[in-house]
Amino acid sequence: MILSEIARVIRSKNAGPFLVTFDIIFPDGETLDRVRRSDTLTSQTVARLYGVSANEILDFAYYPMARAVKFSMYRPHPSGARFDTDVYGAQQHAPLLTLPVSMVS
Amino acid sequence: MQDPARSVEPPSVSILSHGMLGYGFPLASLEEAERRGFALLAIDAGSTDPGPYYLGSGRPFVSETMVKRDLDFLLPAARRQKAKVVIGSAGGAGTAGQLEFVASILRKVVAEQGLGPLKLGLIDTELSKPTLKTALSEGRIRRFETRRDLTDADIEEATHVVAQIGIEPMVAALADGCDILLCGRAWDVANVAAYPVLLGHDRGLSFHLGKILECGGQAAVPVEGSDLLMGRLEGTSFIVETPHARKACTVESVGAHTLYEKSNPVWLPGPGGTVDLKETCFEPLGTDRVTVTGSRFHPAPRHTVKLEGARLAGYRHIAIAGIRDPLMIRQLDAVAEGVRSRLVANLGSTVAMDSFDLRFRFYGRDGVMGPLEPTPMPGHEIGLVIDVVAKTAELAETVCAMARSLTLHWAYPGRIATAGNLAFPFSPADLPAGPVYEFNIYHLMEIDDPAAAFPFTTEVLP
Repeated sequence: MILSEIARVIRSKNAGPFLVTFDIIFPDGETLDRVRRSDTLTSQTVARLYGVSANEILDFAYYPMARAVKFSMYRPHPSGARFDTDVYGAQQHAPLLTLPVSMVS
Repeated sequence: MQDPARSVEPPSVSILSHGMLGYGFPLASLEEAERRGFALLAIDAGSTDPGPYYLGSGRPFVSETMVKRDLDFLLPAARRQKAKVVIGSAGGAGTAGQLEFVASILRKVVAEQGLGPLKLGLIDTELSKPTLKTALSEGRIRRFETRRDLTDADIEEATHVVAQIGIEPMVAALADGCDILLCGRAWDVANVAAYPVLLGHDRGLSFHLGKILECGGQAAVPVEGSDLLMGRLEGTSFIVETPHARKACTVESVGAHTLYEKSNPVWLPGPGGTVDLKETCFEPLGTDRVTVTGSRFHPAPRHTVKLEGARLAGYRHIAIAGIRDPLMIRQLDAVAEGVRSRLVANLGSTVAMDSFDLRFRFYGRDGVMGPLEPTPMPGHEIGLVIDVVAKTAELAETVCAMARSLTLHWAYPGRIATAGNLAFPFSPADLPAGPVYEFNIYHLMEIDDPAAAFPFTTEVLP
């Protein structure tokens, strides 16, 4: 399966002008737990997806309270700076949509 | 954490929140909010989200027409409720000029509708260069997410620098009896939390409620357009509810909103301390409300405010064109590099090479994600934006025109279409895009007494 078939919300957004933060929200706690146990949505897999090193993925964590996975990274360019491509950081989530997730029961 | 000085539980306080002044809201939501009653109307009027332009230029983010429309409905409602009004981040970035922009609209609405007499408080949070240089020389400015230390040159280059204040300056103004409080750049949480804290409510709960209410209707489902949201603080808990008849606040919608726009959803640092949501509990109350308990506040050992500053980076000129020829699409980078070298050679000694930046943005390949794009594969057509930022508008126009013309006629290897490489949707093909600003200050400044550092002024609106 791919992440967009499992998650209810997959989004990116600025967390201030220098960081972009990613939220992946699942329909329920059980799904979140199954994804966690699959070991396919980790700071390493998202680092590979975005072509950055794992230590550039910040605050990667599972949050049962919000049925969500969240992580952040520094933007390649600050919001609105000369070479920025996405002032709100709202379209950086797309590669996550097709991340393969091997769900275990 | 309960405030130890308060042994008697404060009376519950109902709050109506509008997440973005000038974005509008359904009038039925305001009518229902009035029916339920509220003692505070909290309005957020800005953010760094739209980028550095509004801080750098000082121009308001939302037009006077839009701001006045919202206030035309909200201010009389607040008067009927005898509610306090707190507006933060006036004008978008919260500069002194933007504060005055919103103040002048407030004065107009109060006069036109005969809402006075009202006591208006103003808190200017723009900082002067001498104030900043003093703080820097005293070692009171800390590195933050720019990941570098502040320098005198940064301060000198910035066109505007604002401090994002917390509740303390607002509490002082509200304690002085202001009916309407308008602030420059402010922590969005503080617009909601200052008045409850003045009344004796717990900071952890007040701040967390502020975090949920700051985006207005976003924490209710279905999310559709800008809307109002309500909260009620009740001693050891708070309730979140929507005044919209066909929306609901659910544990999921409120919990999900707690994630939004923050790098860590359980540890929310702000001016004066950190909101700790590790022990927070969300529970449904009926079908459309949520009760929240357990949020705590940890005061910081030293009070800090975040500084935001922007500098002029230059002037932009762009050309927009489409590319459909597959032979050209296969050689985009080679064409761009060829054009760049020819341009540099043509400009020769007449223009310093560091006086402009030229960038080819290839939409349909990696225009959206740039270096983060995992699949930089071009589609069957490409949207090209030739983006030039130069020291003067004239130079930007010159470089853009030269790059556009060279790209149009570039003879790449194997070219069959010898008439032109670009499809321009517009004539003229080149467009001036005005001044370009960049955030160059995003640091933390230590202050001893936040209320004294950002004093309020008052005036009576007749």
